[in-house]
Amino acid sequence: MTAPTRSLLVADARTKARNRAEARFRAYGLAAILLSVTLLGILLVSILSNGLSAFRQTEIAIPVTLDAALVDKGGKGDPASLRATSATAYGKLIAKALKDELARRSIPTGGLSDKDIAALISEQAGADLRNRVLGDPRLVGQTVTVDGLATGRIDGYFKGRVTLESAEKDSKIKPEQLHLADAMRDAGMMALRFNSGFLTNPDASEKRPEAAGLGVAIVGSLYMMIVVLGLSLPIGVAAAVYLEEFAPKNRFTDLIEVNIANLAAVPSIVFGILGLAAFINFAGLPRSAPLVGGLVLTLMTLPRIIIPARAALKAVPPSIRDAALGIGASRMQSVFHHVLPLAAPGILTGMIIGLAQALGETAPLLLIGMVAFVRDMPGLPPGGFLDPATALPVQVYNWTQRADPAFTERASGAIIVLLAFLLIMNAAAILLRRRFERRW
Amino acid sequence: MSISLFLLLLLALAAAAYVAGRARAEMVAGGDIRRLHSLPRQHGLNLAIAFALPALVGYAAWRMAGAGGGLWSTLLILALGAASALAVWLALKPETRARNEVEAATKLFLIACSVIAVATTIGIFLSLIFETIAFFQKYPAAKFLFGTKWAPDFRGGSDLGVIPLLWGTLYVSAIALAVAVPVGLFAAIYMSEYASPRVRALAKPAIELLAGIPTIVYGLFALITVGPMLRDWIAQPLGFGTSGASVATAGLVMGVMIIPFVSSLSDDIINAVPQSLRDGSLGLGATPSETIRQVVLPAALPGIVGAVLLAASRAIGETMIVVLGAGAAAKLSLNPFEAMTTMTVKIVSQLTGDTDFAAPETLVAFALGLTLFLITLALNILALVIVRKYREQYE
Repeated sequence: MTAPTRSLLVADARTKARNRAEARFRAYGLAAILLSVTLLGILLVSILSNGLSAFRQTEIAIPVTLDAALVDKGGKGDPASLRATSATAYGKLIAKALKDELARRSIPTGGLSDKDIAALISEQAGADLRNRVLGDPRLVGQTVTVDGLATGRIDGYFKGRVTLESAEKDSKIKPEQLHLADAMRDAGMMALRFNSGFLTNPDASEKRPEAAGLGVAIVGSLYMMIVVLGLSLPIGVAAAVYLEEFAPKNRFTDLIEVNIANLAAVPSIVFGILGLAAFINFAGLPRSAPLVGGLVLTLMTLPRIIIPARAALKAVPPSIRDAALGIGASRMQSVFHHVLPLAAPGILTGMIIGLAQALGETAPLLLIGMVAFVRDMPGLPPGGFLDPATALPVQVYNWTQRADPAFTERASGAIIVLLAFLLIMNAAAILLRRRFERRW
Repeated sequence: MSISLFLLLLLALAAAAYVAGRARAEMVAGGDIRRLHSLPRQHGLNLAIAFALPALVGYAAWRMAGAGGGLWSTLLILALGAASALAVWLALKPETRARNEVEAATKLFLIACSVIAVATTIGIFLSLIFETIAFFQKYPAAKFLFGTKWAPDFRGGSDLGVIPLLWGTLYVSAIALAVAVPVGLFAAIYMSEYASPRVRALAKPAIELLAGIPTIVYGLFALITVGPMLRDWIAQPLGFGTSGASVATAGLVMGVMIIPFVSSLSDDIINAVPQSLRDGSLGLGATPSETIRQVVLPAALPGIVGAVLLAASRAIGETMIVVLGAGAAAKLSLNPFEAMTTMTVKIVSQLTGDTDFAAPETLVAFALGLTLFLITLALNILALVIVRKYREQYE
């Protein structure tokens, strides 16, 4: 009696099952990677599609005659008497000019009241025109072309956020106003233009989303990054040099090391509480100041700089140190003259990545009051470090908390600006590493 | 005199001291610097330090005492520094060990910088503990720790129980881990065991890019994309609720955020498993997936547990995603499509805006912060210990 012949060339049921399990397992792995990459793509596409429109804004071109009798009531033409005219008065002037222009071009207004026609223009237009006149008093008496911002709803109509159906239910806009806007666009009075104000203007109130910009937030973030760079680079490098090159192995240095590893994993909001308690309540520094934000972010970033800096120092081979010591350098000289310059590219790469993380951090800044509404640009350094300001990520949060959907577009637009900065920083880090990294 | 002006003056005078020290050293050497123990540069630095250090310490002490800042006191402090520098200048001889002095000062500076990390931890602990004690004097600790109702009211009579917040925190984190652990782990397995070097070179940075994106971006993504999508496609048709902000929204988005933490840590750990273990298993006829499941993963398990714990600590402490994605209502509910809230959300809401540091409604944020700090600290230390122990095993 012979056993049934089994060929090794024909897979039996059990082998087939095992091979199927193998293929399945492999597919799971591939699926996990594809899923992660797809999610990254969806995230970026969602932000870009929502936010790119924030870089374009609807403007209305209206010729406005700056009648001296209306604009300069004092009649002296000096800045003091010009300043007495309020932005509201300029707003009325523009509203009247718009009505006249519509009549001149014989664009039908569809029975809209004067107030409804004036409501097409942002309240910001009056303030902008006033600033323009204050900057150049010779304009009084002339006719100038005002590129006034359209209100958020009209802007939203051209961007597809507002439709005729949604306008029916909306108390802030009427379908007739949208028809008028269409007519004005066809007549060339109204158009979407590049919105440079988005990058330079300060934040604006709830009622005028069309005028809100990132100017203060960008300056605030820049100031904070200066503070973080100025403090965390020397402190971080010094700490890394000590721990890697000089520290004896004892319980104290072990404590420092455990501390640094742990601080890197402490939730960022806890650093916000520390900043609030230590810098604002205890040391008495002002709220919303870039200096306080920078200090908090420095404490948070330090461990994230020390860890890569130590790795960079460790990567320098001991032969370099030995050679320096062998020709009579002191330990300090061998480190500062030889090891540190060789480790500098690695340290700088870690530094830039740490800065990029600090730039995107939001939660601790909320607690130290950077979420406040700030209209005025902070002054020049060093005094400007104590002026109230906001930061890019906090401005995003701030805009998500507003009711008008126009602010959602702004928030996504601000994210694009933030991501652009991060991209530049990370690209610089990669370039630095590629260019100067040395393999021993 | 303002601080910046004082510092500027100090810097200028220290530079003058440096020049004076250098010149003096060269003069003492009589034109032949080989006679000096230290280089003229080091003598200059020594003199500058001898001037700046006492002046800085004096100024800081004066400021701490709450006085100072006047013109005369500042001049007095600068005179103190000048006197110390003058003493060093007069004592300068060829055999003066200026280099050793400068190096000792540098080392002190290096040590001081390293100690900042410890000081930060102490600062965090102190700032949390003092206000928490103040809170417990106004509000019973037992009611905070075991209370199941969260209803702060600045007019008094608040219920400040931590249980609903803790529940929300754990629920969101659990969903996040349920997303991130399988995806991250499988991604790590594929990259370390199957992927060709080219695929690996593309996929690894792409996944790590997810870790570099600021959390506010994920928060906005949850708010404007994921929340409405879950609501319109799942929650409303199935009758689970009508809220865009929900535990599921925040959990899913947070899961995406922590995928790279799980995957890159696990990747390192799987790579650290010795190749001989794999070769042995494959040699016995196991398929690659059998080798991974029955040999590599058990060997890497402690490290993977450590990675998951670190990811959990990250999820519990995350703020912006839950602020924008999870809602603000403190609830004890099992429905993942309902808005719930977490400890971090309440820390933000109790500490932003006008705050009164005498009211328990504000101080409770510090107690929440301490709870959060202790939970994440325990997780981090546990994870560090496990990972460290594991690394030693194969080294």
